[in-house]
Amino acid sequence: MSWNTFATVAETKAALEAKQVSAVELAKHYLDRAAQLNPGLNAYITLNPEKTLSEALSTDNKRSKGEVAPLLGVPIAHKDIYLIDGWRTTCGSKMLENFVAPYTSTVVKYMADAGMVTLGKLNMDEFAMGSSNETSFFGPVKNPWDTSRVPGGSSGGSAAAVAAGLAPASTGTDTGGSIRQPAMFCNLTGLKPTYGICSRYGIIAFASSLDQAGPFAQTAEDCALLLNAMAGFDPRDATSLDRAKEDYTRDLAKPLKGLRIGLPKEFFGEGNEPGVLKAVEAALDVYRKLGATTVEITLPNVKYSVPAYYVVAPAEASSNLSRFDGARFGHRAKEYDDIVDMYKRSRAEGFGAEVKRRILIGTYVLSHGYYDAYYLQAGKLRRLIAEDFKKAYEVCDVVMGPTAPEPSFQFGAKADDPVKMYLNDIYTICANLTGQPAMSHPCGVDENGLHVGMQIIGNYLDEARMLNVAHQYQLATDWHKKHPNI
Amino acid sequence: MSLSAQDIERIAHLARIRVTPDEVGQVQAKLEGIFKLIDDMQSVNTKGVEPMSHGLDMVLRLRDDAVTEKNDRENLQRNAPQAAEGYFLVPKVIE
Amino acid sequence: MAQWEIVIGLETHVQLTTASKIFSGASTAFGAEPNTQASIVDLAMPGALPVMNKGAAERAVKFGLAVGANINRRSIFARKNYFYPDLPKGYQISQFETPIVQGGGLTITLDDGTTKFIELTRAHLEEDAGKSVHDQFDRESGVDLNRAGTPLLEIVTEPVMRSAKEAVAYAKALHGLVRYLDICDGNMQEGSFRCDVNVSVRKPGEPFGTRREIKNLNSFKFMQQAIDYEVRWQIEQIEDGKKIVQATVLFNPDSGETRAMRTKEDAMDYRYFPDPDLPPLVIDDAMFDRIKASMPELPEAKCARFQSEFKLPEYDARLLSQDSATAKYFEVAVKTGADAKLVANWIIGELSATLNREEKSIEQSPVSSVQLASVVARISDGTISNKIAKTVFEALWSGEGKTADDVIAAKGLKQISDVGAIEKIVDEVLAKSAAQIADYKSGKEKALMSIVGMVMKASQGKANPAQVNEIIKRKIS
Repeated sequence: MSWNTFATVAETKAALEAKQVSAVELAKHYLDRAAQLNPGLNAYITLNPEKTLSEALSTDNKRSKGEVAPLLGVPIAHKDIYLIDGWRTTCGSKMLENFVAPYTSTVVKYMADAGMVTLGKLNMDEFAMGSSNETSFFGPVKNPWDTSRVPGGSSGGSAAAVAAGLAPASTGTDTGGSIRQPAMFCNLTGLKPTYGICSRYGIIAFASSLDQAGPFAQTAEDCALLLNAMAGFDPRDATSLDRAKEDYTRDLAKPLKGLRIGLPKEFFGEGNEPGVLKAVEAALDVYRKLGATTVEITLPNVKYSVPAYYVVAPAEASSNLSRFDGARFGHRAKEYDDIVDMYKRSRAEGFGAEVKRRILIGTYVLSHGYYDAYYLQAGKLRRLIAEDFKKAYEVCDVVMGPTAPEPSFQFGAKADDPVKMYLNDIYTICANLTGQPAMSHPCGVDENGLHVGMQIIGNYLDEARMLNVAHQYQLATDWHKKHPNI
Repeated sequence: MSLSAQDIERIAHLARIRVTPDEVGQVQAKLEGIFKLIDDMQSVNTKGVEPMSHGLDMVLRLRDDAVTEKNDRENLQRNAPQAAEGYFLVPKVIE
Repeated sequence: MAQWEIVIGLETHVQLTTASKIFSGASTAFGAEPNTQASIVDLAMPGALPVMNKGAAERAVKFGLAVGANINRRSIFARKNYFYPDLPKGYQISQFETPIVQGGGLTITLDDGTTKFIELTRAHLEEDAGKSVHDQFDRESGVDLNRAGTPLLEIVTEPVMRSAKEAVAYAKALHGLVRYLDICDGNMQEGSFRCDVNVSVRKPGEPFGTRREIKNLNSFKFMQQAIDYEVRWQIEQIEDGKKIVQATVLFNPDSGETRAMRTKEDAMDYRYFPDPDLPPLVIDDAMFDRIKASMPELPEAKCARFQSEFKLPEYDARLLSQDSATAKYFEVAVKTGADAKLVANWIIGELSATLNREEKSIEQSPVSSVQLASVVARISDGTISNKIAKTVFEALWSGEGKTADDVIAAKGLKQISDVGAIEKIVDEVLAKSAAQIADYKSGKEKALMSIVGMVMKASQGKANPAQVNEIIKRKIS
């Protein structure tokens, strides 16, 4: 069998349904590529071919029995932050180096219900804290386009695996840009849905009020198909939105005539690398040709996104990560004097530098006497930022701008300067603070050939429209069809 | 905002993370840089603004009171660093 | 002692009677094998999320309504962060700034019959911690998380109590109320109802002194002892010129002393913040109205009704209405037609004394309310005297017979009311009582009592005392 590695999810689904390929053949194809290329890219932390092939076989059997499911037999790789019963789940940390999940996360279950086959668990920044994948205990993921460069983070493995054709699609999580920024760095389409669309149950929490699961794929259409499988109410998550299932592909074909695109002047300033702005401007021209109009808007409080985020996210993380104490699971130090010493050594050994830094920041901002000045103030800024967007949607349907101010950078370029690293998420963070949906799609390259992403931020629950917008762009362009030479 | 070495030691203890004396200085420097970034937001007047935590203002969903979970101890203790007779074991706690 | 004023406030942890835990579907049943009722959520497995139990919220509202408190229609769950082996998440989900219940209070009755209104500060929902065992393993503590996540209502009073007696009376009244409302089983041995007592002393009129908190008292007796000891200790300290240091102390029932727990080198800093996993708890009108409509009759109302409906004196009505089991026992007995006042006397008197002696609750009484009613009915219709009735009651207690009539028939305890039969016994006694007759005739009323006593004895207690009296008087005057 010869299989086009870079077939889209939609094409793969069609081929399976036409019985041109079996799920087992597909699984083998991507496992073979992973066996060959993963040692160089480090995208997967854990592969379990036996499990994968047995899942694939079972979906083939279902098909031969006449059973149907929307994505029956389509392979998918999951960020190693999703628990899958019986699979090692590390969250990129030494703390969970040997942790075998005792249950399955809802998103993975829903995708399995849709017929998808798990290829493996993908590398990531430790506990999803990072923008370059350099904080992973399992080593950094290489960007398949240029292995001296970072794939972005925290879902770096998820992006690299799809970009390199080690999986047709993958899942990620996005707390401050962890899907959109790596999607840009690896020339993919990635979507962070509205907060509450995808269940957080069984996803290791980083910042509970910001975390949201979403897909990586080559196209917006694929993202829509994947979101159909991932999304849905979950009674096990108190923040899951209890609403009817949607078909996110329903509006894909709609023409863009009349679409109003808001361009926040705060996203088009001097902080951007010129090549990034140029690519984004060119993409906006395409949108205009497709019938959209653009309007300048202002989001005056959006500049406080990064400070507010670096209060809220570490505060919630400091509390969420307290359960990793060496008592019931996870790393426990070999030697200790007493229970307090056991906690301190286990956590000092089990967590990497960035994770510890954020726990300490979070502990500080919540500690006595600082709560109002930090956590409460950050919560109020979230409201102000959300109100800025609310006003913007009076004059536009979607907001656009660069996904990140600069493209993929060299390993080590920012690793020693957390603040520099944090500023890479300057445009993505606001959608997490407000809970709005946001996505990134490929829109060109800079003068060095590095990929640029267009971020689309939408109003709450407006995923179908955003996917429609990106899909129409992709029908008119072929940036998303470019693949690295490996 | 300036963080003292004592601040670092205090929060490291609260967070139960061992920071050795020779690490304190480095941690302190990194955190100070981050707080410089954070403190940008202090100038905003937010008087009377209702803080927000979730985008769509949510209300807590309530579950019916029913026992839905079965004993799964064996499975759930598989990752335990130390367990015996059904207990998770930790270094002796003295009150 | 007289110049010192004692100031006491209580924080009571009441385990709610839900079948499942507050944030998980694991069972709350007591006494299971370790960690067999600890789910993914209770163990704080990575990725686990809390989901709120409606039953816990309903019980909290029920309590709030019963104490006349303000129900916050929108309350917030917060995380209280600290590390401890029995706290698997490293934080306890509790309520901090906005609890579900604020204010209200309850009236306590002291032994001398005086009453006092005890104001509540608040009552908030939270989760219980697990338990550690320290003596089962040589070098380790064993952690059992079955209890982790059991719903608690923490009920906090203002510092308004001024003696150990008041504190105990409050704790008892609260214990009665939560059982009345059926929101807590009240089992103190199993830890369903645990009191922390904040104690300080001051000179009257001065500001509050520094308080020490006696943790986890699980019996009223220990509470009284612990407060008495703690008050004496604090006064001695101050009179010796020492300062009281704020501390958490434990009561040792064996020594009768309180002892400060190992003081933490740093002040606790719990870093409270709203739990981002749990949106605000909203009690909407429909839920509020439904709970309100389902409220049982409260002790105060019941007490008033017992006085008006059954013409009971206030003292009897209050005792009978204090806990629901006793009130139910009383009402079932009266429903059979038995005289209410007599039933009340028997419950407050003989039944209570016997239950106390045998350390049984009224639900465990071997004599059912219907059986007691049958005894009372036979007193009312003159079949037996009050004294014989005690014999019948004891026989029923030890299981000899199903009704009072069975026992009376089997033991031949039926009262002798036949005039001829009584006259015969009277004549026999009078024949041997010349001296007493003379005394009576010379005006000594007591002599009559002595003759009556002899007649009753001769009849083995079965003669109708009223008839005996009348016949003797007729014969000797």
